Amino acid sequence: MVPLAHILALSVILFGLGAAGFVFRRNIITIFMCIELMLNAVNLAFIGFSRYLGNLDGQIFAFFVIVVAAAEAAVGLAIIIAVYRNRGSLSIDDFDSMKL
Amino acid sequence: MMLPQIAFFFLSAVTLISAVMVITRRNAVHSIIWLIVTLFSVGGIFLTLHAEFLFAVQVILYVGGIMVLFLFVVMLVNLDVALKQAQFNRQWQVALVTALVLMAELGYGIYRGHQGFTLAQVTATPMSGGNTQAVGLALYQDYMLAVEIASVLLLVAMVGAVIMAKRKIE
Repeated sequence: MVPLAHILALSVILFGLGAAGFVFRRNIITIFMCIELMLNAVNLAFIGFSRYLGNLDGQIFAFFVIVVAAAEAAVGLAIIIAVYRNRGSLSIDDFDSMKL
Repeated sequence: MMLPQIAFFFLSAVTLISAVMVITRRNAVHSIIWLIVTLFSVGGIFLTLHAEFLFAVQVILYVGGIMVLFLFVVMLVNLDVALKQAQFNRQWQVALVTALVLMAELGYGIYRGHQGFTLAQVTATPMSGGNTQAVGLALYQDYMLAVEIASVLLLVAMVGAVIMAKRKIE
């Protein structure tokens, strides 16, 4: 069986890649995808612990993380469409004020 | 090396390479395709960890639902405008260093706590009747309230998305 430390290491690297993409990309859709990457890294850690502790709570938590990710993606992409309609741009540098 | 190890290392290599591709591709559609590869291989790792139900949820909900939503949004916005704009921040060096520091911090934490992770060795799957049955029973018995709250959350998100993406708000 794969040691838990390997799974956690993979989870950390995946989270780090998501965080790196989040801070250095400008395209708002890519930034959104980096959030999904980070959520997946967290899910991986939850499921690894669930497997190694021998109970299901980690899997249930990962399930709720996926549900929240779905809600977040729906609302976030609607916001992206609304902002794009008003600003005509996808770069986060143009989204620096709350006023439409 | 046994088969689970080989599967795990192969899937993690695919995951990391495609995650790097996600954050470096210029075209958003390419990023989405690579993200789908990442999600599939993370789902494969779920399978090696005996989380079959979450593998199914990952494929159906993430790859089938959320990623298709992303593709639709990319089709709705004008990508040619975005392609001409700068893709990386001016301070990308600082950002990269920050991300590396974050990774090193977390890695150091895991390395220090490494001995604590030698948990009780699980031999077989502890539940009878399969993973899906066990998760279903847990969701609808122990976590009933949480499921209801999650369903209300999804309803609110759906209404919010419709209102925000509407062309004119009266």
